Amino acid sequence: MAIEFESPKPIVQAQTILKTVAQEMMRSKSRYFDEHEHEIPWDYIEFIHSAMKAMGGASLTPKEPLPTGNEAAGNKRPLIGYQLLATQIEMLAWGDVGIYLNTPGGGLGAAAVQAAGSPEQCAKFLARFGEEKPTFAAMCMTEPGAGSDTSAIRTKAVLDEKTHEWIINGEKIFSTAGDKSFTQYEKLGKGFIVVWASIDSSAGRAGMRAFVIESGTPGVRIVKLEHKMGIRVSDTAAISLVDARVPFENILGSPTVEKTTTGFKGAMATFDATRPLVAASGIGVARAALEFLKEKLQENGVEIRYGLPRQKLTNIEREVIDMEIMLKSAWLMVMKAVWMADNNKPNALEASMSKVKAGDVTTKITQKVVEILGPLGYSREFLVEKWFRDAKITDIYEGTGQINRLVVARQILGYSGSELR
Amino acid sequence: MVSFEPSEEQQMLVEAVGKYASNDLRTASHEAEESCELPKKLVSKGWKLGVLQASIPEAYGGFGEHSAVTGVLATEELVFGDLSGALAVMTPSLFAIPILLCGSDEQKKKYLPKIIAGDWHPYTAALIEYVFDFDANDLRTHAELTNGEYILNGEKAFVPFAKDSETILIYAKCDGKTQGFIVPNNAVGLSVHDEREKLMGLNALPLYRVKLDNVKVSASNRLGGASGHDFEPVLASMRLASASAALGVARGAFEYSRDYAKEREAFGVKIAQKQAIAFMLAEMRTEIEAMRLLTWEAAWKLDQGKEDAFTEAYLASTGAADMAMMVTDRAVQILGGHGYIRENLVEMWMRNGRGLAMLTGLAIV
Repeated sequence: MAIEFESPKPIVQAQTILKTVAQEMMRSKSRYFDEHEHEIPWDYIEFIHSAMKAMGGASLTPKEPLPTGNEAAGNKRPLIGYQLLATQIEMLAWGDVGIYLNTPGGGLGAAAVQAAGSPEQCAKFLARFGEEKPTFAAMCMTEPGAGSDTSAIRTKAVLDEKTHEWIINGEKIFSTAGDKSFTQYEKLGKGFIVVWASIDSSAGRAGMRAFVIESGTPGVRIVKLEHKMGIRVSDTAAISLVDARVPFENILGSPTVEKTTTGFKGAMATFDATRPLVAASGIGVARAALEFLKEKLQENGVEIRYGLPRQKLTNIEREVIDMEIMLKSAWLMVMKAVWMADNNKPNALEASMSKVKAGDVTTKITQKVVEILGPLGYSREFLVEKWFRDAKITDIYEGTGQINRLVVARQILGYSGSELR
Repeated sequence: MVSFEPSEEQQMLVEAVGKYASNDLRTASHEAEESCELPKKLVSKGWKLGVLQASIPEAYGGFGEHSAVTGVLATEELVFGDLSGALAVMTPSLFAIPILLCGSDEQKKKYLPKIIAGDWHPYTAALIEYVFDFDANDLRTHAELTNGEYILNGEKAFVPFAKDSETILIYAKCDGKTQGFIVPNNAVGLSVHDEREKLMGLNALPLYRVKLDNVKVSASNRLGGASGHDFEPVLASMRLASASAALGVARGAFEYSRDYAKEREAFGVKIAQKQAIAFMLAEMRTEIEAMRLLTWEAAWKLDQGKEDAFTEAYLASTGAADMAMMVTDRAVQILGGHGYIRENLVEMWMRNGRGLAMLTGLAIV
């Protein structure tokens, strides 16, 4: 081993291809979809689905690192699955993060199945993403009364002993791609939502389980699609569950409550894998904004004189230099977190740190770019103001900046959740 | 490939340096700062770890090859012990590394074996000048070519061990570019101030003002020989040293304040159990990691000869200096009143932390 930063060839190739996709199919449509909230970007969905299939990957779904059979065969080439994924996501988000969130392939829903499901369940539920029609899956965790504090989840799953089915009741909100995952659209394959519910409300987190609920299941209803500050082309669904019946085998993890919190840890393991990827998507937006700023400055004859001491720099130069420091270092933190995931190293600390940093950097950079560009930044003629609105979600979903600070703090202090609340 | 795992040799070096930093440099640092003196034995022991020796090729008496990545790893570790002590141990590098990077073959043969043979010698270099907008690429000290030799005029500041040194590498503006000149301490017209520099921090390190009044330097003593050298690789290596020093100072302060927060009680709990403190620590740790990775990448780019290596070294040193200020300030804050008392090292680290923004030129990797 050695410290190295050379992107492997397959990743560079993927970047080149996706850059064209980002420019041609995303940037050019950014404004239209921002102004036509809840219209579905079918062209992108169909194109990216077939492109991904052609590129060999069924989807942009995170894949578990393969068993280390490679090493046994004497092949020491490290796996780069997560690294590839992070790089692809960054580039698509550079194109348009809202449209990127319309990438079929399971997203968080599939990630939850991978993290908490058995091999049989993975085989059963995930095969669909490689098929002819683009297919979505979504995670349903948040409730009106339970955001970051997921232990406050009220949705309940009760086993009907006679029919051997789970009966689920509750209300879920903020489910990204919840509509495309649950509603049966003609152009889409049959998706699913992963709903977190308690099987024993007296057991707290130990009683929390995830259930795969197939699209079209009776009793489940998309109540509304949220109107948001940014990422307007991504649907954010509120879902109600009234006596929804789910087959017994659709529970992820053990159907009985032990005195441990393994069920809940399944959810958290999902986040270790996906936080760096969400960080990557934010960084794509920030890079778009910073590149735009630098182009505009150059057009206007403003040169950034790298290498000068702070005392000699103009304010704009200082801001641009500081933003580059933030952006580059945030990206390297994503790279480290995914490198650890690819190499089977526990990365809870690095995953959360990368999200803390990306949340800060993405919001700060987009805010600063709007400020520096003045009226141009605030105008809807350019996309900068949209990136500002899109960027903010990075510091909120998949754990707010504050929740991630809590995770980081617990890790570095060696504290449990009860020691540091 | 992308990898964040140091090589086995690097891990061994870091481990050896880390032991010395914790057991020797750290334990001596408070006393050294207060008495303005670094024990000779302490510096000598650090020298014998062989960080510089391992970066000089066999042809010049060393036993390895130069690597900026290894350099930043070792520097962070050394400075984690104590900034003044680490800079003292590394002072001969200020002379040796520019010669290794840019020197003529003759200069390499003449100086490198001598520097690394035997015990620590005060070979040093003079870059910084005493002006508010000091810029390594726009020096006030200048060198004019007259009758086949260079005449140097100006004043340099913060020159480590200038008093005891035999030879100083002096940087001056020559035809608009920063160039190094090898000047013996006893050259006519060169005078070292009697009194040491008095700074906010770094009091254990002997730093001096050096005046140059029509100092004559032969053309063969221009770094790189008669045609000179590129200054950018030298400056980038200095910036990387300064960035990794910032990491070392910051990590020291972070760990100290983290341990304190887990001991100190208030309102019936450890203060680390309060989010106000825990979040500060989380942000300190996150920023250290961010700047460490940026420093590593810049060092790797420099080793690989990548086009943007110089710019990235600049970004790393600029970002790391800010980070060190933020982290050391918070470390003092976490200790509260105790942080302000000189027995707790965090206040010294905070003073040192501010220095990192203007001390490029005091270390090189």
